[in-house]
Amino acid sequence: MDLVQMQKSLQDYTKSLFLEGVLDSQFLQLQQLQDESNPDFVSQVVTLFFQDSDRILNDLSLSLDQQVVDFKKVDPHVHQLKGSSSSIGAQRVKNACVVFRNFCEQQNVEACHRCLQQVKQEYYLVKNRLETLFKLEQQIVASGGMIPAMELGF
Amino acid sequence: MAVGDLSSSSSSSSTELHVLAVDDSLVDRKVIERLLRISACKVTTVESGTRALQYLGLDGDDGSSDLKDLKVNLIVTDYSMPGLTGYELLKKIKESSAFREVPVVIMSSENIQPRIEQCMTEGAEDFLLKPVRLADVKRLKELIIRSVEAEEEHKAKHSCPNRILQNNTRGVSSLDDDDTPSSKRMKLESRVHV
Repeated sequence: MDLVQMQKSLQDYTKSLFLEGVLDSQFLQLQQLQDESNPDFVSQVVTLFFQDSDRILNDLSLSLDQQVVDFKKVDPHVHQLKGSSSSIGAQRVKNACVVFRNFCEQQNVEACHRCLQQVKQEYYLVKNRLETLFKLEQQIVASGGMIPAMELGF
Repeated sequence: MAVGDLSSSSSSSSTELHVLAVDDSLVDRKVIERLLRISACKVTTVESGTRALQYLGLDGDDGSSDLKDLKVNLIVTDYSMPGLTGYELLKKIKESSAFREVPVVIMSSENIQPRIEQCMTEGAEDFLLKPVRLADVKRLKELIIRSVEAEEEHKAKHSCPNRILQNNTRGVSSLDDDDTPSSKRMKLESRVHV
């Protein structure tokens, strides 16, 4: 594949993530903060998000598996995940967290288990998509090309 | 600009704003730091209200800072943090003699009106909804610069009361003796972005 094709693939791929609601405009905000002096800013923030989220999801699984679920422990974790997913533009993860928090408030253990599964699903989805996106970017850079700026006209 | 030859404060020669950012989320700290740096601010980030108080030298009980030369032009803090909340941190800062005039901005992912009012009443400069964007930071920076300039003009104007001000090209219409930051901020209207 030549450089122009790779750049077009990247743009189409990124666009599809927005159209599917996997990412929202906050992701674009992050991209705007990236420049020659900070060329890896987005991937650095996203990597922090992955590390943070892996830990939170692990803690959540443990907390919900207890005989007696302590919602005072569960809710702050979901709040944290909601916050960090919102900060990177992972819209579907954030939305799943909002639903999750509602059930935490109701102290509905069964629903919370379902919510956790939903959050995990959305998280693995966005993780997978972003890893693909970064690979595409790396291929372009390795071929000596520049990563095209995202056009907002859709 | 200001009457240069009357300015006696050496710290006013540095035009770079120093911002202290407080947030327990690592992701958010990284983002706010970048937002501020790209807006040409010097940034210090800490992960909790307690750390913020330590940094400001306010962790003693008397409310006076041990760090007399520490210059902080703006404090930006998350609301929901374990331990000291952003609101509690705001209160401690406003109670201190050393930092009560420093603008404090609260950030929150939750648009809760009573919470916003509570913070504004306690003296917060502004309340930002997360996720924070570049436009928010730019607006904050302009606000802070204007208040820093106003303060410096105020100081210059009052530092030598017996001298006649010859080159005061700015005029005095924009300033009066009561124009301190504390009197400007008592607005309960919430300035949240949509």
